[in-house]
Amino acid sequence: MEKKEKTEKKSERTIIVPGEVIASGTDFLPGEGTRREGKDIIALKFGLLEKSENLFKIIPLSGTYLPRVGNTVIGQVTDLTFNGWFIDLLSPHTGFLPVVECAGYVNKKDLAEYYNIGDMIVTKVRDLRSRSIELTMKDQTCKKLSGGFLIKINPTRVPRVIGKAGSMVTTIKNGTGCNIVVGQNGLIWIKGKDAESEIFAKEAIMKIVEKPFIDGLTDQIKEFLENKTKK
Amino acid sequence: MTEKFKRVDGRGLEELRKIEAKIGTIKRADGSAYFAFGKSRAIAAAYGPRQLFPQHLQNPEQVLLRCYYDMLSFSVTERKRPGPSRRGSEISYEATKALEPAVLVELFPNTVIDIYANILEADASTRCAAVNAASMALANGGVPMSELVTAVSIGKLDKTLVVDVCKEEEDYEEGEGATDIATAFLSKSGKLSMLHIDGNIRLSELKEALELAKKACKKIEEIQKETLKKVGD
Amino acid sequence: MEIPKINIEKIRELLEKNKRFDGRDPLEFRKFSVEFNISSNAEGSAKVKLGDTEVIAGIKMDLLEPFTDTPEEGVLMVGAELSPMASDKFEMGPPNITSIQLARIVDRAIRESGFINFKKLCIKKGELVWAIFLDIYPINDDGNLIDASALAALFALLDAKIPELDGEKVQYGKHTNKKLPFDKIPVTVTAYKVNDSFIFDPTAEEEEAAKMKLSVSMTFDEKYKDEESASLHGVLKTGDEAIETEKLLDIIKLLIKQGKKLYDQIMEIKK
Repeated sequence: MEKKEKTEKKSERTIIVPGEVIASGTDFLPGEGTRREGKDIIALKFGLLEKSENLFKIIPLSGTYLPRVGNTVIGQVTDLTFNGWFIDLLSPHTGFLPVVECAGYVNKKDLAEYYNIGDMIVTKVRDLRSRSIELTMKDQTCKKLSGGFLIKINPTRVPRVIGKAGSMVTTIKNGTGCNIVVGQNGLIWIKGKDAESEIFAKEAIMKIVEKPFIDGLTDQIKEFLENKTKK
Repeated sequence: MTEKFKRVDGRGLEELRKIEAKIGTIKRADGSAYFAFGKSRAIAAAYGPRQLFPQHLQNPEQVLLRCYYDMLSFSVTERKRPGPSRRGSEISYEATKALEPAVLVELFPNTVIDIYANILEADASTRCAAVNAASMALANGGVPMSELVTAVSIGKLDKTLVVDVCKEEEDYEEGEGATDIATAFLSKSGKLSMLHIDGNIRLSELKEALELAKKACKKIEEIQKETLKKVGD
Repeated sequence: MEIPKINIEKIRELLEKNKRFDGRDPLEFRKFSVEFNISSNAEGSAKVKLGDTEVIAGIKMDLLEPFTDTPEEGVLMVGAELSPMASDKFEMGPPNITSIQLARIVDRAIRESGFINFKKLCIKKGELVWAIFLDIYPINDDGNLIDASALAALFALLDAKIPELDGEKVQYGKHTNKKLPFDKIPVTVTAYKVNDSFIFDPTAEEEEAAKMKLSVSMTFDEKYKDEESASLHGVLKTGDEAIETEKLLDIIKLLIKQGKKLYDQIMEIKK
């Protein structure tokens, strides 16, 4: 197997702690997870330092899910009101799905018929308010989940599980024959033709989660998927 | 004069006990850490920011930070009855206030960050061990912070100042007896976020004590940073 | 978040094929490890790791007046604190039914099995006896705190050294080399009912899917041949649902079988 050497990217692998001075001077720009204090750019989070051109940002290694408009997330219905559903997104704030944001007609007298307490749904973040995350089902990817099962990973690992342009998750889908929906909030739904292939997909994902910062991870996962199917 | 002062465990006046630190020790927590000054050992688990109920506790301007300090019943020579105690409440409050200035509290209004700091074994300076563990647990948990928080105790034994007090020193009885000075500093700004003194001390001695504390905290901060950075290995 | 129904369904589906998420057999225990004397101010202490579940137990001893109905016996008090440090599902506050049950299950295992010879803890009949305060603190909950706590409690007691006495005063902080007076080692195993199947040593998620629990504390002697010859000292059914007697007895047999396995592992460690 080829050993990929990425020595020039070593600075991207530096772990930074809060309060650390990343760089000094007005040439540099403070990106996410950093701020400028006088001449210095200071880290505000525990994570990996990433530098692109003159912008420094921190890739968090941990922390709760911070919602962004447009995110696809998976959540659990926790309550119903006359005009919508409260959704637990494993986030500091509650999600709310108004009836008007459902795809198709919903009879207001029968909200529980559509989504009942305990149901898991794939939904999208439409707007952020001070106390709630406003959601919508008006997207092809949105649906109520049935069958398969859910696993929870740290939200900071989601980008790696998805991969560049979805390459990693596609590799796993192809290697296991499963349908996989990755919520930006760390919940992942796996559904395959049988429990064995679903667990197989789960193991592949956990491999990525446990070691997200090794180069050549895509190849390692491909190898893992091929070896298992050979047995 | 003070050079001749012998500490019970043979340490130099400014010498810290052996420090042991680890992070990620409690898997279920968002962030966790272990910190020990010799035999004074603390574990901390941080959860949050997360939802806060009942609603009337929510602060629309910032996150609510709650640190709970507790000693395990068997961590001390004379058993500590399980459950809340006045001393525990006081230290919980002090520890919360020690950590708060370093946390970017405005970023998460209406939510809460809970930190549980428990003492597994006590050999004085437990609140300082707790604050050190809590600070690392918060960072490990991805909580946005402007800096780390470091704590250390200074003892004045009769007229001699020592760094990182152990239990035997806390019980010192000669001359002016023992004065215990618990401090916590914000690592970058160098500002004092916790100060608690029990004993008998004059202003000039306090000034010197705080200087020693700041110096010692710099050493402790290096260990905290090193421990946090080890996670990549 | 409550365990999603689709996960409960998946656990059931796997169990029907005798499978679990982590590849274990339904009655298989995770590996456990123990660290003794993790807190030197305690008379005895131990930390047990059962998979990712971690529990610390510690003992303090003191001299007290005995209870009036047992004037010649030492005293045992067992407490458990389910700190929110170990799980987002626990709340600060006074002990709730879960922590009380856990403490009492561990207490029964020790008391009813005769593990500690309380008569040997008597200093002066009717006036002065040794009291053992055993406190259990789960540190990380990944399921099966009951069995992990019972193990931690057992090892803490095995680790304990009696404090020195100056006449009738306890010399706090000073220990003799004398251990507690032991007899047979109690083992506690809990069965968890998920839908129609029973599993042992669940992870946190599996435990959430379980509706009923059955805890059995037992001892084995050298003449042990099969399940019929084990002694049962504590049995407690908790949770929802009722169960047929036949099924119950079958499960207890399986619990005894697993208990013997644990017992052998404990005896290995004890050496």
